[in-house]
Parts: sequence; structure tokens; C-alpha cells
Amino acid sequence: MTAMLNVKDLRAYYGQVQALHGLNFSLDEGSLTTLLGANGAGKTTTLRAICNMVRSTGAIEFEGKPIGARSTENVVRLGIAHVPQGRGTFTTMTVEENLQLGAITRTDKKNIVADIERMYDHFPVLKQRYTQQAGTLSGGEQQMLAVARALMLRPRLMLLDEPSFGLAPLIVRDLFRILGKINREEKVTILVVEQNAQLALELADQAYVIETGRIVMSGDAKDIANNEDVRKSYLGY
Amino acid sequence: MELFANQVLAGIATGAIYACMALAVVMIYQAIDHLNFAQGEMAMFSTFVSWQLMQWGVPYWGAFVLTVAFSFAAGIAIERLLFKPLAKAPILTNVAGFIALYAIINSVAGLIWDFTIKQYPTPFGSSPFLGSQLISTHQAGMIGITVLLLVLLFIFFRFTRVGLAMRAAASLPESARLVGINTSWMIALGWGMAAAIGSIAGMMIAPVVFLEPNMMLGVLIYGFAAAVLGGLTSPFGAVVGGFLVGIFENLVGTYIPGVGNELKLPIALALIVTVLVVKPAGLFGRPIVKRV
Repeated sequence: MTAMLNVKDLRAYYGQVQALHGLNFSLDEGSLTTLLGANGAGKTTTLRAICNMVRSTGAIEFEGKPIGARSTENVVRLGIAHVPQGRGTFTTMTVEENLQLGAITRTDKKNIVADIERMYDHFPVLKQRYTQQAGTLSGGEQQMLAVARALMLRPRLMLLDEPSFGLAPLIVRDLFRILGKINREEKVTILVVEQNAQLALELADQAYVIETGRIVMSGDAKDIANNEDVRKSYLGY
Repeated sequence: MELFANQVLAGIATGAIYACMALAVVMIYQAIDHLNFAQGEMAMFSTFVSWQLMQWGVPYWGAFVLTVAFSFAAGIAIERLLFKPLAKAPILTNVAGFIALYAIINSVAGLIWDFTIKQYPTPFGSSPFLGSQLISTHQAGMIGITVLLLVLLFIFFRFTRVGLAMRAAASLPESARLVGINTSWMIALGWGMAAAIGSIAGMMIAPVVFLEPNMMLGVLIYGFAAAVLGGLTSPFGAVVGGFLVGIFENLVGTYIPGVGNELKLPIALALIVTVLVVKPAGLFGRPIVKRV
């Protein structure tokens, strides 16, 4: 397998404060990778740096091309969908408009309608609510909508920032099951940032553990899940 | 009763112009969170451009279309040159930018076309509309043009992809970038459209207030009153506010003794203050439904 995303010596800054201290990692094409760590470790910053939403240095290559100098919208146009923390729902618009926005950069208009139907198959609850203002959806429904909106891009790579945040355990299970399905059936490479390490490790093939802006552990998700020392010191369960 | 109907219809006609100005103000406010104090001057300058074109022999509707196109381009240019660099600057810096723009456009117009009052033609004529004494054909034309403009704008924002992208960029810029929208250009497009709408308002009101560099001052204050009344976050509210302010202004001027033309403007300002005190979000500034 070839690396789809290659990150070398990534450093990110908020004003004078350095949040990432030289991260190196890569994502294999078709893989489902999780990035784990505590609050403030730099997980969100890592995703934001990939999409150029925070000042950063280092090399980021997507499918062999450097993308570090691209603006956020131009990174997205390469086929990198980012589901941000807090979901980024367009709350004043309808569910269907949110889905159309996900496909706003696509030129193949004919397929968009079919893709919206496909999203309703993945997430039946959205179909029931498609004319509803997205802000009236529950947290879980909004997270489904955020994932569906990202998929409307027909992404090659999907970045998810704590999709489980604030959701009931049953809904998280459901969401993760769908993510696994999308990864397998639609061949979307996925990088998911999580605090819910146990569940994320069940889902993922690969895992990285990040602590205060540095990667301290990487490898097969199952090995990390089974390593008691790692679990106790970094993952807290 | 006829006086009342007459004043209401005249109010709707001028209200249409206030609605356009309010809509232009709200479009820019939604995009960059600032009130464009120079909106009226931009409209005034556009109106002078159309007048100049007609002086050179271009027929009315040709000048109209060219002016709208010119205003659209000029609005984009102003955003790119002046307000894009100020995007991350503090509020007062932006306010200074707007005041500078106001003064510059006003002086340049005075320099080119001087400050004497000029007649401005109406394409609709000024005879009574359909033989009725209630409203003139120009007033009917003003209402007709505005309604047509509003319908076109509604279709644009509701049913086109660019309209959807503009709404997304205005409501949540970061999310908009994450679906691949170039929010910076959406703001420029908003400026262009606001300038174009303002130019139409200017060309429609010029036969009434006459053409001179300060012609839009009063109109813009009514436009602000309309935008505040309807709610700065609601384009629909701004339009309704425009019509309400137009009718209100005329009825107050007619029926409250002592309020002649001189006191009409303070009443618009009193309306702004009252709305801000009683209902800060305006009549239609909808409280957004949110669940976490």
C-alpha cells in the first residue's frame, strides 16, 4: 500500500505558542487510522494544520503532491473532507441544503442528487428531516449530517475531529459502524481523532498516540489496544 | 380617505427605495459584520455615471444596464482594494475606512459633476398611473422595479448554487471553507451585488430627490432605519422594514401637525433608537434555534 498522506516534521503555532513539535506520520491508502491523546495534546491542531487552518511549518504531501501552501478551500477541493470539532453544521439551513453544500465544489451535477439519496440510505434519520432547519437536529443527528456532508464531496480522505463528542454511547457505536462501512465500501481513507480510545482502537487499523504535540506511540491498532502499559499511561482505561 | 390611500401608496413607492438600500446594507453587514456608511454615496456616484452616459447620448435603459454592471464591478473593486486588507483589523479601523470612502466618493462626485442640482429623467413618465390620481407612473415604476429585483434576488439566493454558497459563507465562514467555498470571493461578490442594488435605488429615486452629491444622505438614513427595524440579520426583514419606514414617514408627515418635511428625518432616527431599545434584534432578526 502506498501512503496517501505523508506528514513530516509538522510544527504548528497559535501566536507565539507552539502546539505541535515536529510530527511525523503517514496514512496508507484505504486505511482507517486513529489519532489518540488527551485534552490539549494537539489532535485538533494536527487536523487543522492539514487543512491549513492554523499557521504551521513542515511538509504535508497528499498523493505525492505538497499541499502545505494551499488555502483551506483548495485543500478541500483536492478531495480532503474535514468534519470539524463541533460539527460545523449550517444551523440556519435545511438538512438538504447542508448536503448540497457538501457537494458545492463538484461539477458533476447529475450525480449529486443520487448521492444525496445515498446519504439518506446511510443515515435514514436525515431523510425524515430533510426540510428541517439543521439547528433543530439532535447532537447525534447533527453528527450524522456532518459526516454525510463531508461524504458529499466524494472525498479521497476524510478527517474527523472527535465524532463521538457529546453523544450517547449507542449513537457513537452506530456512527462508528457507519464509518467502518464507508471506509470498506467506498474506499475512503479515514483519519479519526478521538478521546474515546477504546472504541476508536476497535474500529481502526492503525493508531498514533500524541502527547503535548509529539507522537509518542504508533503501530497496529490491535497491538496498541492490547499493550497494557500503553493503555494505562496514555489512554487511561 | 383618498389622502390616506395616496400617502400610503407614495410611502410604498419611496419605501421600495429604502428597502433596496436596507437590503444592500444588510448584505454587506452579513458578509463582514460592518455597516457600510458609504452605501448611499456609492449609489449616488452610480447615478451620476448613468446621468453622464445619458448626456453622452446613451438611451435610458442602456445607461441603466451599463451602470448596474459598472456598480457591480466597482463594488468588487472597493472590497478587494480597501476592505479585504482590513478584514482582520479592529472595528474602528473599518469604521474609519467607511468614513474615508464616504468622503472620497462625495468629493470626487462634486469635483467631476459639481454640487449644483440636476434634473434626472424617469423612464416611466410622471402622468397619473392608469388615470388614477393616487399614484404617478414613476412611483408605480419604482415599486415594479423593486419587486422584480426582490424576486430575482430571492430566486438567486434560494435556488442557485452560488446563492447557496454565498449564504453559507455569510453564516459560517469556517464551515464554508471546509466544504471548499472561497469565502473571500463570496464577500467580494456580496459587495458587488450590494453596489448594484444601491445603483438601482439611486437611479429610481433621483427623479424625486434630484441629482446632486448629497442626494442619498437622507435616503441612506431611512435605509439604516429600515434595516434596524427589520433586523440586520434578515434580508427579508430589511425589505419589510423599508416599506414600513416609507409608509410611516409619509403618514407621520401628513397627519401629525407640526411634522413637516423638516421633522421627517429625526423621526427616522427616533425609530432606529426606539427599535434598538425595545427589540434589539429587529422585527425579523430571528433568534436562531440551536441545540447542542
